[in-house]
Amino acid sequence: MNTLIYTTALGLLCMVGEILNLRKWLIPIVLIGLSVIFYVNFSGWGVEIPATISGLNMSHMVHIDNFSIAFSGLAIFIAALIFMLAHDYYKNEAHHLSDYVAIIVFTLVGALVMFSYWNMAMLFLGIEILSISLYIMAGSRKYDTRSNEAGFKYFLMGAFASGFLLFGIALIYGTSGSFELTKIAAYFQSGQAGALFYTGMLLMLIAFFFKVAAVPFHFWSPDVYEGSPALITALMSTLVKIAVFAAFYRLMSQCFFYSYNDSHIIISIVAAATMFMGNLVALSQDNFKRILAYSGISHAGYMLLTILSVQVNSEGALLFYSLAYAVASIGAFAIAIPVFFFTRSENVTAFNGLAKKNPWLAGILTVFMLSLAGIPPMAGFLGKYYIFSKAFESGLFVLTFIAVINSIIGVNYYFKVILAMYSKPADETAIEPTPLYWAVIVTCLILSVVLGIFPNVLMGLL
Amino acid sequence: MMILQLLFFPLLAALVVFAAGNKYASKLALLLSVVQMILTVSAYIALQNSPEKTLYFFTEWIQQPKISFHLALDGLSLVMVGLTNFLLPLIILSSFNRNHENPRGYYALMLLMQFALVGVFTAMDGMLYYIFWELALIPIYFIALRWGGANRVPVTIKFFIYTLAGSLLMLFGFIALYWYNPNHSFDIRDFYANTVCSCNQGWLFWLFFLAFAIKIPIVPFHTWQAETYKEAPTQGTMLLSGIMLKMGTYSLIRWLLPILPSGVAEWGPLAITLCVIGIVYASIIAIMQRDLKKLFAYSSVAHVGLIAAGIFALNMEGLQGSVIQMLSHGINVIGLFFCADIILHRTKTNNIDELGGIRQTAPLFNTLFMIIVLGSVALPLTNGFIGEFLLLYSVYSYNTWLAVFAGLTIILGAVYMLRMFQKTMLGETSAATVSFEQLHWNEWLVLSIIGITIIVMGIYPKPVFDVAQPVLESILNKSLIK
Repeated sequence: MNTLIYTTALGLLCMVGEILNLRKWLIPIVLIGLSVIFYVNFSGWGVEIPATISGLNMSHMVHIDNFSIAFSGLAIFIAALIFMLAHDYYKNEAHHLSDYVAIIVFTLVGALVMFSYWNMAMLFLGIEILSISLYIMAGSRKYDTRSNEAGFKYFLMGAFASGFLLFGIALIYGTSGSFELTKIAAYFQSGQAGALFYTGMLLMLIAFFFKVAAVPFHFWSPDVYEGSPALITALMSTLVKIAVFAAFYRLMSQCFFYSYNDSHIIISIVAAATMFMGNLVALSQDNFKRILAYSGISHAGYMLLTILSVQVNSEGALLFYSLAYAVASIGAFAIAIPVFFFTRSENVTAFNGLAKKNPWLAGILTVFMLSLAGIPPMAGFLGKYYIFSKAFESGLFVLTFIAVINSIIGVNYYFKVILAMYSKPADETAIEPTPLYWAVIVTCLILSVVLGIFPNVLMGLL
Repeated sequence: MMILQLLFFPLLAALVVFAAGNKYASKLALLLSVVQMILTVSAYIALQNSPEKTLYFFTEWIQQPKISFHLALDGLSLVMVGLTNFLLPLIILSSFNRNHENPRGYYALMLLMQFALVGVFTAMDGMLYYIFWELALIPIYFIALRWGGANRVPVTIKFFIYTLAGSLLMLFGFIALYWYNPNHSFDIRDFYANTVCSCNQGWLFWLFFLAFAIKIPIVPFHTWQAETYKEAPTQGTMLLSGIMLKMGTYSLIRWLLPILPSGVAEWGPLAITLCVIGIVYASIIAIMQRDLKKLFAYSSVAHVGLIAAGIFALNMEGLQGSVIQMLSHGINVIGLFFCADIILHRTKTNNIDELGGIRQTAPLFNTLFMIIVLGSVALPLTNGFIGEFLLLYSVYSYNTWLAVFAGLTIILGAVYMLRMFQKTMLGETSAATVSFEQLHWNEWLVLSIIGITIIVMGIYPKPVFDVAQPVLESILNKSLIK
């Protein structure tokens, strides 16, 4: 509970920062604040105390358990990496810095609510806090028409999804008489659930498919990813995606657990379609951000497997995969942003000849691409392996096989980038990331490699 | 501990070579690979003195799911590790006097490859083995991509995707084996306990067989091979043909036969038929080839097809023959590719029709090339003979008709190899070969070592049999359904 309150306070502080003229020190302050919150977050590890605000019991609203603490820690870490990149990214837009930083902190607040909600109302609040912040950030380049398009498209689509979610929650509340996850689960278990309940559940599933960009609700994602500023694309493809998945997992494991038999067919079909669609369409993309958008869609397909294997406790697999995917993606963006900046292009061709221009950068980006493609010994491989193994354990033979086939397809477009770096001629533009970018790149590199070799630390958590 | 040295020394060597810079990369790489060779010999001695004739290393690695860092060097592994570590100095030496750009990357990748190969041959935990298996693919891909020929980009990506596809199927197979054995572990001892229901062994067989068949390659999964051999730099081709395809044949023996005996009983006949078809098919294509490297590539398909056929014949002669033939083929084929490289380097062509008469200008090269060719066509008293004889015998005791077709490999092999030799080395000199330069010191050194090994192994192959025999017996016991 403290994690949530402190983060909100940090967000408010950032907004006030403009008045206090803290602009220069804003990002260092946020980073220090996040590290304190990270520490506070994990101090609640293993002790299941009910959430309270000044003595008032809130445990029907939020539950702070190991699941929420682990994912909160992950989200805070990702946010810190994003802020490290933001410092140099927003150098030329200093007059908006405090707004941007505050809004990104509020994105994190939304994510934290989504990890710990115990009540449909909190779920809705979390998703809305997260999404509204993102609508603004997606359109934050106000003189860039693509950014405008991204913001607007995201807003319309997101509003639709929120409508579905709300409608679903309303129907479920109408039949079960409660917003609380466990009470709804108990209601379903009692066998009274009728058509309205199922409709509500379906509407909620659709809302989540929208938010994770699962096929056939994925159309917004490539345009939004492409149009948004690159840093925000990084934020959306990591923090936001993980937040929505964790919330989805919590919903399935705590609330709709007993209705698994009814929902799993729908989710299975969506998962298979998402994997194929994301991977096959990514093959024909030339824009780096679009490639990552479609690869993000396919990763959503793999992550849906963890939601399907909820009976065998796959949250550890989800956590590991999320971290492996996040560090590889953020690392890739930390390299791509300077490349975009110096070459003035966001196509794969921008990477041409990087191996000659800056061999270290090319080598490290290769590691990230291999990790995303799931090739040992990188962390991405183990993440994928955990998901496949859990899916197999819960009896999803065909889906696991489809996922394996998709991993093969996926390699093709990650190698597009590697081929551009190593086999295309170089041009004159030198590419030199700033020291903060290097810090992020090296952190992500170390995690991508070390987690692939020593995953015990993380797998012991959940 | 010895086994850890053997595994991690090449990794250390790769880092050292990369850090030391371009100037000394080649010499340092050679020195370190020779040290690794010495380590291998001392491991051999330690193995002979150990009571179980095996060196172990075991420690927990990942608790959940249970993956252990389990290495073992037994007779079979030793032969494969020995092959790897014997060939690597030769491969590095063969690249002297060829100016590669960015040499530190080149040699570091080769040593990294050696690390992965030693890992594959000693890993006794399924997931560990799988990780090394995949890891071996990355350095060779970059070697071929950065230092390869003109058409390398599409060829290498095809190679990578093709072999990776096989590997991922195998990953699925390993996950299935993990959940099917009651201990839920990847340890090979749990796999050997043979707890998989025979109803599931059929499809599992195919998952593993496809991965290995692509790597070996067995016809019809060979389409990546000839082009890759042609486009990769010579050292890459040597690594691929000399050592890497042995990963496939070794894995058949270690990871397929004893783990899925019912699957092998069900589908083995089809597999052995594919192998024999491959032998004949590849030999005929080899006859048609005009390009030296491609000719050697297809002859290699024919030879390893016979090795795989011997393995699937499921008898002692076949296993023994395959082990000795893996060694001989590894040694001979890198000799052949090196000869092709020497010719290409001097004459700028590998087309047989444009060559001829090299014997007159380079008699020493002629002699050494001759020995390697004879080894490759399995002349008695060369290393190729004993292996091929045992393999054909094993196929014969499996099925007479298959043996008749498999026997064609000897005749057809002699046809294309000797004709190739005649056209390139004998006869009148052509415009391309008239000023054929003499061998450099490193070239004759590599070829002489190979030539001597061919003859010594042909005359006295017993040590190899002795060291591999007990392991092969126990594997064969597990592979046969009682």
